Amino acid sequence: MSDGQEITQGAEAAAVSPGGIKARHKRFLWIVFGLAFFAAIVALVLNAFGSSITYFYSPTEVVQDKVPHGRAFRVGGMVEGGSVVRDSNGLTVYFRVTDTAETVAVVYTGILPDLFAEEKGVVAQGKLDEYGVFQATQVLAKHDENYVAPEVQAALDEAHKNRAAQTLAQ
Amino acid sequence: MIPEIGQFALVLAALLMIVQGTLPLVGASKGISAWMALSRRTAQGAFFFLSLALGCLIYSFIVNDFSVLNVANNSNTKLPVIYRIAASWGSHEGSILMWVFMLGMWSCAVSIFSKHLPEEMTARVLGVMGLVTTGLLFFMLLTSNPFDRIFPVPVEGRDLNPLLQDPGMILHPPMLYMGYVGFSVAFAFAIAALLGGRLDATWARWSRPWTTLAWCFLTVGILIGSWWAYYELGWGGWWFWDPVENASLMPWLVGTALIHSLAVTEKRGTFKVWTVLLAICTFSLSLLGTFLVRSGVLTSVHAFAVDPQRGMFILAFLALVIGGSLALFAFRAPKVGTAGTFKFVSRESALLANNVLLTVACGTVLLGTLYPLFLDALKLGKISVGPPYFEAVFVPLMAPLVFLMGIGAVARWKEATLPDLWARLRWAAVISLVAAVALPFILGRTSPTSVALLALGFAMAFWIITSALAGFFDRVKHVEGSFGEKLKRQPRSFWGMFTAHIGVAVFIIGVTAVKGFEAERDVRMMPGDSVSVGGYSFRFEGLEERRGPNYNATRGTFDLSKDGKSIRKLYPEKRIYFAHGMPMTEAAIDSGIFGDRYVSLGEPINDGQQSWSVRVYHKPFVTWIWGGCILMTLGGLLAITDRRYRVSARRDAAAPVLAPLEAVKLEKA
Amino acid sequence: MKKKLLLLIPLVVFFVLAGFFVVGLGLNPREVPSPLIGKPAPTFALPDLNEPEKTVTSKDFLGQVWLFNVWASWCVSCRAEHPLLVAYAKTNEVAIVGLNYKDKPADGKAWLRQYGDPYTVSVIDADGRVGIDYGVYGVPETFLIDKQGIIRYKQIGPITEEAMRKTIIPMIKELKQQ
Repeated sequence: MSDGQEITQGAEAAAVSPGGIKARHKRFLWIVFGLAFFAAIVALVLNAFGSSITYFYSPTEVVQDKVPHGRAFRVGGMVEGGSVVRDSNGLTVYFRVTDTAETVAVVYTGILPDLFAEEKGVVAQGKLDEYGVFQATQVLAKHDENYVAPEVQAALDEAHKNRAAQTLAQ
Repeated sequence: MIPEIGQFALVLAALLMIVQGTLPLVGASKGISAWMALSRRTAQGAFFFLSLALGCLIYSFIVNDFSVLNVANNSNTKLPVIYRIAASWGSHEGSILMWVFMLGMWSCAVSIFSKHLPEEMTARVLGVMGLVTTGLLFFMLLTSNPFDRIFPVPVEGRDLNPLLQDPGMILHPPMLYMGYVGFSVAFAFAIAALLGGRLDATWARWSRPWTTLAWCFLTVGILIGSWWAYYELGWGGWWFWDPVENASLMPWLVGTALIHSLAVTEKRGTFKVWTVLLAICTFSLSLLGTFLVRSGVLTSVHAFAVDPQRGMFILAFLALVIGGSLALFAFRAPKVGTAGTFKFVSRESALLANNVLLTVACGTVLLGTLYPLFLDALKLGKISVGPPYFEAVFVPLMAPLVFLMGIGAVARWKEATLPDLWARLRWAAVISLVAAVALPFILGRTSPTSVALLALGFAMAFWIITSALAGFFDRVKHVEGSFGEKLKRQPRSFWGMFTAHIGVAVFIIGVTAVKGFEAERDVRMMPGDSVSVGGYSFRFEGLEERRGPNYNATRGTFDLSKDGKSIRKLYPEKRIYFAHGMPMTEAAIDSGIFGDRYVSLGEPINDGQQSWSVRVYHKPFVTWIWGGCILMTLGGLLAITDRRYRVSARRDAAAPVLAPLEAVKLEKA
Repeated sequence: MKKKLLLLIPLVVFFVLAGFFVVGLGLNPREVPSPLIGKPAPTFALPDLNEPEKTVTSKDFLGQVWLFNVWASWCVSCRAEHPLLVAYAKTNEVAIVGLNYKDKPADGKAWLRQYGDPYTVSVIDADGRVGIDYGVYGVPETFLIDKQGIIRYKQIGPITEEAMRKTIIPMIKELKQQ
């Protein structure tokens, strides 16, 4: 979107004074200016993307060690029934996230969202520590009891497909 | 019976809209006066039927007619009446009806206030709006009929999503839709200009007030949404860069560019092609916003309706409207005439640069919002783009924007000189720099990042205020009479700009102060405990159970005090709504000009001592964020009421447009 | 000429975006077909909810078309589809078997008393093992199983009136005639 309009703006500027050496010189300046601006925007966007994109993985992928180390990512699935335990300080919560095939242990300190509940969809963002425990900095639950986040749904579907394939192979 | 009347009214409105979308357009191209004249009648007639349909839906909600699927899904016998009314536009089907109703309202308004416009222009504008309305009406009737029945009739409804049971939610969607839909007028004017080949300063003068009004509504809509998220989601944030929020921000950014570009087109006759493109883009982004929210293409914390079939329909509609208008633009735009000239240092340049910055900002938001979708579509993995991206991109784009804002408001049209600009703005520059350097230290900040952030924020805010004042003194310098008279002599449009720009400064101060000084604590508290945040002390006094009309609540009592003096009690709640079994956090906020004290209940901790996890915030100047938006809106409203829009403009239409001709002559000389 | 091409850019950008949206809509995860469709339904032998000493097995239903509905008293969405099931059960078209999933039997029974019992029989799956066999990851879910014990259709989430009318009932009629 931005590049399209960027060039249109150049076109309008070009139309400002048609013909003549001076005009050509001016047009050249506009184009250089426009390209420099465009390059700056691209650099800005790429730089920002580099540091703030988080990938999403399912518990199976976490267990299979397909996740980045030392970098934040998201893991999603259902909160396993009966797995939620509170620390005695009251604000640290331990729970397990499952895609029905594998589970990942998660630790989170802070206030959980309203819709966080066992047997419900959840997405946690954070890093994996050296013990294989997911240290969450953020826990998200969705705003509708009928609705499962598409990523979570996809992770569950994937796990389910794999298991069905295994069953059939036996 | 009532739902059938509503359904019938919708069908009649659709028929009228088909007429409005065809005959007047044909009439305008063939010069058939009678066909053109039809457009006003059909617009008013369709508005009547759309109001009737909306009335029927609201009635069905008030009496809880659960035989209507939409009512059964979104209402409940225990739901208070006011929320039943709000529920009629809280659901997907209802919100589309609201959209169409408002489109009808704008068409009707155009048909009433367009007496001074040439007949063909009115016919084309209303014709284009008729086409858009037709598309949406068919979308509603075919995929999301608000009057669909359900059998067997349930005895009880499912209740409105508790998140939407809030005063903010009663107002937020209508305001937002008024804005979205209002841009259809600017869009229709642009398409009419492309069709008719008439695009000049008068055209800009006609479409300007409509565009500004739509922009005002959108600003208010976004403001209410942000305020609602702040107190209702319980996280104390005012903007989350959520896809649904971004969907409303994008048309706002381009719409802001549009109202400024229209100003140049009206005053100088330049930027025509650009203005038309912006008008098309603004409305396209409004439609895109609706598509993104309603189709479920994007994940979002809002996540209301998810339905691929509906998504396909909206997408096809988008392809027709946006694709069609952009194609028309590509073929007709070269014919709309040549641009005027201006020098590199001039008000035009500053406004053009700001237009580009706003558009690029919108582009980066669009990219960040859609990037996860692109990767997913190309099977490159599932990702999310978080707030850090948007912040990292937005701030570097807004800083030059604000700098140019100061220059644009002061610089001369066509040609300005740097020494002259410096003479006018040197005091503004000096004051802003001093404020930027001194304030962070006066306020006791020493860490480099925090100082840099505050310095940037204060520099921007002071620059806007001081340059606006410089522009003001410049204007009144040559006006005779007392100071009061000098003020009175300024046109409303100037006051509009002045107020709106000050609004931006106020907004920036709010954002800077919140970013720089907010304090937050998540703690475990039992009755009797105290916690202090930002110099205020919150004492947890106890809990009680309370019963609301359709929920049970646990209400906490907190005593807010400063320096040992009690200020007031705060009552945050945790509610469980009966129908959904859905918990909701209701934060308690002590709001003031200089900051908010905010407390919300997390969850009970089973330690036998009635402990709860509690979140407390101190948010200095947070209300300035919304105050700034209110000032921007007021500015827009002042500009609309300017005298020149009120004078009957028939002679405008006949008057030759001098500006561009004059410019060409001067260039040759 | 060059300028005309530039003016086409917005249009091109828009159609690229629209292309992504088309693909994006197709990605809707609710559309993913279940790998179990067309496969034999996993077998089970579970206690009856109302008479726990009695064991109900999936073999009991061989030779008839039946609906297998996964529900729980803690499941809010189940309440949404429940009236439809109760209404449909009155027609006695097919057997409706309920899988009381990860629930306490007492809660389950109380819930049926309150909202009505559409089930020919309900079985207890307290630890959710049978649910796992059926690939249940959200409650409610409903399976339509034919006379040979093959899963023919799966409804993820609550049964809607539309799904009942347009898909489930016609499929049942067809399967019964086979």
